[in-house]
Amino acid sequence: MARAVTQQRKIINTAAAWGVGLLIFFPILWTILTSFKTEAQAISDPPVFLAFDWTLENYSVVMERSDYMRFLWNSVIIAGGSTLLGIIVAVPAAWSMAFVPSKRTKDILLWMLSTKMLPAVGVLYPIYLLFINLGLLDTRTGLVIVLMLMNLPIIVWMLYTYFKEIPGEILEAARMDGAALKEEILYVLTPMAVPGIASTVLLNFILAWNEAFWTLNLTAAKAAPLTAFIASYSSPEGLFYAKLSAASTMAIAPILILGWFSQKQLVSGLTFGAVK
Amino acid sequence: MGQIQLNQVSKSFGNVQVIPPLDLTIEDGEFCVFVGPSGCGKSTLLRLIAGLEDVTSGHIAIDGQDSTDTPPAKRGLAMVFQSYALYPHMSVRKNIAFPMRMANIDETEQNRRIEAAAKALNLTDYLDRRPGQLSGGQRQRVAIGRAIVREPAAFLFDEPLSNLDAALRVGMRLEISELHERLQTTMIYVTHDQVEAMTMADKIVVLRAGFIEQVGSPLELYHKPQNVFVAGFIGSPKMNLIEGEEAQKLGAHTIGIRPEHTDVSMTEGTWKGRVGVAEHLGSDTFIHVHDTGLADMITVRITGDISVRHGDTIYLSPQLDQLHKFDAQGLRIE
Repeated sequence: MARAVTQQRKIINTAAAWGVGLLIFFPILWTILTSFKTEAQAISDPPVFLAFDWTLENYSVVMERSDYMRFLWNSVIIAGGSTLLGIIVAVPAAWSMAFVPSKRTKDILLWMLSTKMLPAVGVLYPIYLLFINLGLLDTRTGLVIVLMLMNLPIIVWMLYTYFKEIPGEILEAARMDGAALKEEILYVLTPMAVPGIASTVLLNFILAWNEAFWTLNLTAAKAAPLTAFIASYSSPEGLFYAKLSAASTMAIAPILILGWFSQKQLVSGLTFGAVK
Repeated sequence: MGQIQLNQVSKSFGNVQVIPPLDLTIEDGEFCVFVGPSGCGKSTLLRLIAGLEDVTSGHIAIDGQDSTDTPPAKRGLAMVFQSYALYPHMSVRKNIAFPMRMANIDETEQNRRIEAAAKALNLTDYLDRRPGQLSGGQRQRVAIGRAIVREPAAFLFDEPLSNLDAALRVGMRLEISELHERLQTTMIYVTHDQVEAMTMADKIVVLRAGFIEQVGSPLELYHKPQNVFVAGFIGSPKMNLIEGEEAQKLGAHTIGIRPEHTDVSMTEGTWKGRVGVAEHLGSDTFIHVHDTGLADMITVRITGDISVRHGDTIYLSPQLDQLHKFDAQGLRIE
């Protein structure tokens, strides 16, 4: 009897998990499906799910009309650059917080996190003015810096959590073995924290890739990444759902593929230290 | 060369003074053991010498050079940790090579030293493994190998054997002693195990609550404990400490007699008692005697086997020339 109950439970749990998963994934699935429809089918009522004339026309129009590769390249540079810069800044910061904490370390961590509670629009004006004065408007450099700063609290927090799990004695052993601080971080701490650093890099890359507020507000043409590419298909020319969907699909495809291949790494990284 | 001198060294954590100012000299080539109950400050003292903790006041000199503010990397000392602290992402070979890599020693010399250390420590077959694939004893040997190749001024051991099982511990104890005989390098060894201290040390430093209770050779500590604490701490089974009338008769506040310095008879003797538990080890017998009116329990040690049963009446006679006398402050009376 007990066996039957657990079996039943298992089925219910699995079904529920699939249900929730599909619910979350549905908008993305719908976008992908719509990208293969004609504009008329895209807005047909009742909507068609699979029984439509599959077409690649939207993709060819989108490719013709805008320079996808330029947007893609900007996205790669901005997401990659801000993540790399963030890691370079955050590793020493997280090292000091994890291994030589002061009385104020916890406060600093919370304070850093609290900056994430401020709506980004609240600082748009000062940052915009700053960008004009520094000549950073519509430059990839400017966006790399802004996105790095936006994600820095998360990077530091994640690395801090991983570093806390590394026994201090190993770093002390390195010090006794003649390693200076730089060598200790480079040869001992970083290699040991590779799984943690990898999942931090992945998550931040995804966050930076999908970031829309700053990328839309601080770029025009030159530095515009894929978020701007999607946005360019929304309002001005009236609504072209199918083309918008095609653009969206093209924008999310690279990160979706990256996420798919690194999901194991991501999950283990995000739950790291949760169960000891 | 590896003489280490502590001059009025003290350490406080916040308002708590864990080590009051103390002086200590560890001579070149000496095997010095810091021993004491947990929390006595012995590990902290070692970490001060290593440079892993900063001294609150005082000076530390290594080879006559003031090293108080020298970072650990520059003190020329090697340390073996209780947790081994190996680099998990490196092979055994790379672990051992690490300090030489940091010292920019050329690769041929590195390999020569690695091979020599691996041979001496029976690690040759394991050089390409990761620490995770080794047993506890092997890991500890890697940690020792990593310390040896640096050719340090002194070795620091922080309870290196406490994670090993009893049999392995005895084996590693001998290996470390032999290593010291061979290298003749200064070694400072921290342990809470007085048997380790007695068997390995040239010099023992007994610590309690940060204070040095006594410094001396193992046999000095055994034969002439300076106070009641050292008397009770050194020796196994522990010395019997007796207060009251029996002590006053001998002009002391406390008298101490080691279990092995008490004669036993079933018919007559100085003190009468009742047998509690008798532990038969074959080579020795430990008898725990109750109801003597002297202390809760008196332990005696007899060479060989003796047939006694729980509840038997037994007579004990201390060997008077082996008796230790202490005054009301707990200090030794000669």
